[in-house]
Amino acid sequence: MKEFRIVVLAKQVPDTRNVGKDAMKADGTVNRSVLPAIFNPEDLHALEQALRIKDKFPGSTITILTMGPVRAAEILREGFYRGADDGILLTDRAFAGSDTLATSYALACAIRKIKNYDVIVCGRQAIDGDTAQVGPQVAEKLGIPQITYAEEIVSLTKDKIQIKRRLERGIEIVESTFPVLITVNNSAPHCRPRNAKRLMKYKHASTLSKRQESEEDYLSTGSNNTHLTIKEWSVNDIECDHEQLGLGGSPTKVKKVDNVVFQSKESRRLDDFDDDIHVLMKELITSHIVG
Amino acid sequence: MNNVIVYCELDEGKIADVSFELLTKGRSLANQLNCKLEALLFGSNLKGFEKEIFPYGVDTIYMADDKRLTPYSTLPHTSVMVNLFKEEKPQIALMGATTIGRDLGPRVSSALKSGLTADCTELEIGDHEDKKINKIYKNLLYQIRPAFGGNIIATIINPDCRPQMATVREGVMKKIIADPNYKGKVVNLDVSKYVDDTAFVVKVIERHIEKSKIDIKNSPVIVAGGFGVGSADNFKQLFNLATMLGGEVGASRAAIDAGYVEHERQIGQTGVTVRPKLYIACGISGQIQHLAGMLESSIIISINSDPNAPINKIANYVIVGKVENVIPKMIRYYKENTK
Repeated sequence: MKEFRIVVLAKQVPDTRNVGKDAMKADGTVNRSVLPAIFNPEDLHALEQALRIKDKFPGSTITILTMGPVRAAEILREGFYRGADDGILLTDRAFAGSDTLATSYALACAIRKIKNYDVIVCGRQAIDGDTAQVGPQVAEKLGIPQITYAEEIVSLTKDKIQIKRRLERGIEIVESTFPVLITVNNSAPHCRPRNAKRLMKYKHASTLSKRQESEEDYLSTGSNNTHLTIKEWSVNDIECDHEQLGLGGSPTKVKKVDNVVFQSKESRRLDDFDDDIHVLMKELITSHIVG
Repeated sequence: MNNVIVYCELDEGKIADVSFELLTKGRSLANQLNCKLEALLFGSNLKGFEKEIFPYGVDTIYMADDKRLTPYSTLPHTSVMVNLFKEEKPQIALMGATTIGRDLGPRVSSALKSGLTADCTELEIGDHEDKKINKIYKNLLYQIRPAFGGNIIATIINPDCRPQMATVREGVMKKIIADPNYKGKVVNLDVSKYVDDTAFVVKVIERHIEKSKIDIKNSPVIVAGGFGVGSADNFKQLFNLATMLGGEVGASRAAIDAGYVEHERQIGQTGVTVRPKLYIACGISGQIQHLAGMLESSIIISINSDPNAPINKIANYVIVGKVENVIPKMIRYYKENTK
């Protein structure tokens, strides 16, 4: 039976969906530190699709690859709890300031090192940028086809995959050979929950550098258990052209950032009394806004 | 060479509205830059479409007419665009932030190692001074987009790479014919020179496109509900009011996520941008991501039990009260006054 080698691309993101008042600093900029860092929601949908491939072809392996600060190892652990086999944290100051193109270049270099992949899955987009660019750009860098806006694997054989894609006003079923990169839409099924046994097994998984930081933990958590080591790759671990990384490798630059300020209107306050609403409706009709 | 190019998207045999909106914006950018506006049209049976495109002030239409280019598929369209761009070296390339544009754009930008900014809400021409290298860049494309869940607005530039690429969502820009008699030329591309047979590896097996039944974008009146409406059942009132006023029902993302109404009704940055004559916001608190999609409505009425809801700041009328009390009264008084 075919054993698929699956790579899931994931990102740890600030939870921008719940930006409350305390998340904005006095000067109006966003205070990232108070926002919880979460597994990008659509990347979890992608993990679910990877797990479904593994359900069907049990010998398959799932490697989660994330690029980010050391803290991003948290989402690799989360991936282990839900069924991933391996996790790689791509972390280096050299990646700082990457736009989507520099990010996809670094990820593609890391994927080349993983080698022999059949399927790469990732979320359509991350909630902190909503660009939906990294998936297709990684596919282009690797020279493999892409299927975006995927909702469901319709059929899967050892050499072909059929995917249902969600379009603006309908669906499309497309077929591809391997390797292929798939970006998963927000309308795809949610990821299965954590598995209790895996939670116990992997809760101490961490990167080597993190463990060495605290020698005590290092001893107590069983340093011989290689499954508890999250691989940590720096720029020296991947073959890449340094000029294409980070801020310097990013063609797009942020010229400026403005806070969103809406021009307040002079609004008329009404109550829900009959008279108020009567007057309002009359006004709308006489000024031909309605009617 | 060095012109502004717009990718015109075919949607079920018709040119998508967003493409006309981008041609309109493209014309004004080309005027400022003193260059030509050019259009790309890839698909099959394209003859005749030029008549629809030229009036937007298009100087050249590059047509790639081949039955294998319909329906859209990533690799062949990428290949034609990348190879053409290598020859034509446009300074700006625009496409819709649709399922097609957001599939094609990043692929093309990666192949050309050029920057792409997704979902721009404004495009302007301006200069940029890089103080570090003491260089002034003239006439760059300012790609303005909300970021961070809509909480900030970023201006992005691509100082050194060309083309400067951007996608824009449908409805964000206006579509205006420049001159009904505008004359340009059609360049028919020899598709076999632009696409290799190996680009056809991904096959479209099936397609089901539904005719869109909901058209909130063009509705003169929108009654929109938020999470505060409370339930799908409570939305019925909104439908009643909308129907009576000849409008449509919209919703905030929170209401959509709660499953109150269909996804197609979402208004905001990740939904549809609307600018109706009248916008009645019911139980919508007014997160930035929602406001960005309805700010240009002529008249805004906010019905909210919270007198301090953020949306009230941009409303012309604020009715402090419960949606379920207010709407029946609006319906009643409307009927009384229009007899």
